[in-house]
Amino acid sequence: MAEPLLRVEKLVRRFGGIIATDNVSLDVASGELHAIIGPNGAGKTTLISQLTGHLEPHSGSVSLAGRDITYLSAYRRCALGLARSFQITSLLLDFTAADNVALAAQAHAGHSFRFFTNARKEKGLRDAAHAALDRVGLLHRADVVVSRLSHGERRELELAVALASKPKLLLLDEPMAGLGVTESQRMVKLLQELRKEVSIVLVEHDMPAVFALADRISVLVYGRVIASGDPATIRANEDVKRAYLGDQHVVTHHG
Amino acid sequence: MKAFTVSKAVTALMLAGLVLLPLYSQLSGNIFILTLFTRIVILALAAASLNLIMGFGGMMSFGHAAYLGIGGYAVGMLAQEGVGSGFIQFPVALAASAIYALVIGALSLRTRGVYFIMITLAFAQMAYYVASGLARYGGDDGLTVYKRSDFSGLINLSDRTQFYYLCLACLFAVIFLIWRIVNSRFGLVVQGLRSNEQRMQAIGFPAKRYQLVCFVISGTMCGLAGALLANNTDFVSPAVMYWTRSGDLMVMVILGGMGTLFGPVMGAVVFLLLEEFLSQITEYWALIMGPLLLLIVLFGRGGIMGALGRAGRG
Repeated sequence: MAEPLLRVEKLVRRFGGIIATDNVSLDVASGELHAIIGPNGAGKTTLISQLTGHLEPHSGSVSLAGRDITYLSAYRRCALGLARSFQITSLLLDFTAADNVALAAQAHAGHSFRFFTNARKEKGLRDAAHAALDRVGLLHRADVVVSRLSHGERRELELAVALASKPKLLLLDEPMAGLGVTESQRMVKLLQELRKEVSIVLVEHDMPAVFALADRISVLVYGRVIASGDPATIRANEDVKRAYLGDQHVVTHHG
Repeated sequence: MKAFTVSKAVTALMLAGLVLLPLYSQLSGNIFILTLFTRIVILALAAASLNLIMGFGGMMSFGHAAYLGIGGYAVGMLAQEGVGSGFIQFPVALAASAIYALVIGALSLRTRGVYFIMITLAFAQMAYYVASGLARYGGDDGLTVYKRSDFSGLINLSDRTQFYYLCLACLFAVIFLIWRIVNSRFGLVVQGLRSNEQRMQAIGFPAKRYQLVCFVISGTMCGLAGALLANNTDFVSPAVMYWTRSGDLMVMVILGGMGTLFGPVMGAVVFLLLEEFLSQITEYWALIMGPLLLLIVLFGRGGIMGALGRAGRG
């Protein structure tokens, strides 16, 4: 079997007496869209933070394309091809949309110890930024300061920033959070396009979106993976229904 | 796009004033004003250097006056030891400031927020007490610089006008450098870190490295101000490093407008002119100065530059 792009093995993270991540193991194959779902407090954000390097696990390992990255800092992981979006939008509010994306491109164009030439006039960086903005449909808003963008636009910009670093793996932490119905539909459509180019780990509450997009789903409850499989398997799984989906009729209705 | 704005006009007026000042001094026979403005220009340079880390970099250093002392003592100590050449004194002043900034920055940048303010303050106070303990170089009483830096006939620092223009040229050069830096790749990274450090790390920037280099650049620039200041007063003492002086520099930056190119210059001019003017009227000038600054900071968000910007729009 080919080496998975992302391999998480027996990851454990405790906060005092609480085990927030309890022996979690999961694989993400190249080209796969792997969704992680679970009720509030299941430890999804804790898990994501360990994947991105913002939190160290107490034991276990994370490897990206065969390389152990368990204790690598966030920026080193990014250089290896791991990009993330934040659950709560985290952008440079006083920069324009294009600046936000151009900085991500700049981070991947070698070091930034260049002190004299105007970075905003570097064609390579601007082109990369505009291409990524175009990809998410935000090109017409390129020169608008982020603090004046709508919430939906900021979610899309998060995605453009992640894309600009040309990642192998995209970690999306609730990209639909706070989006309206039409915005959500646009985001699903966009992700459907993106998944053709890049492997994605998607943490999401929006069940219709998850079941529409995912190749595989892992269900996290109290820090443990209680089930993992394709959408049909997950939908049929009794444990999952009991723990999580029981009252979410929308799942059974959704194609 | 509006090319002409109120803040631009006022800035241009101020710069023109600074350039033409020696002429006025000559014509009116008012020598004092030239001495005063030499001091203002030097401290404007210091404020501009602080603005690079504070305004653009978001690093609230409360120990910036330490570089004034280090630059000054480099000149004073070398002069005392018989090394009078400015071609040695100035590079040593800059190098000493850079090394101090590198060490202090490497330690301080492990902390954030209030802790960063406190630790930079603590280091500057340490430098203050070290200088006070230098018995050979005057200790508490300070060190008289009997001969100004000698640039072998290229420029005579003892000539008021020449010295003033040297200081002004240094100020303009530093502001030009800062302008290039803040628009460069490096500058965008540093400003990005001010805005959202977590995000910058997530897109792949090692934060501390960039902040440290910025910290060193700023400290070196301020060391230049220190070397000039020692030449201006023919004297250097631990008092230039005292924390209140660091506070003055911060006030100049905030007063003029943090994160603007010419704000610190504006802030230094207004702050020092006010100080001069008020101290002539009354001994208790600080009693008027304090509330006045409070009002400006409270009601003029973004300092003078911010207020001028709003005036231009409204």
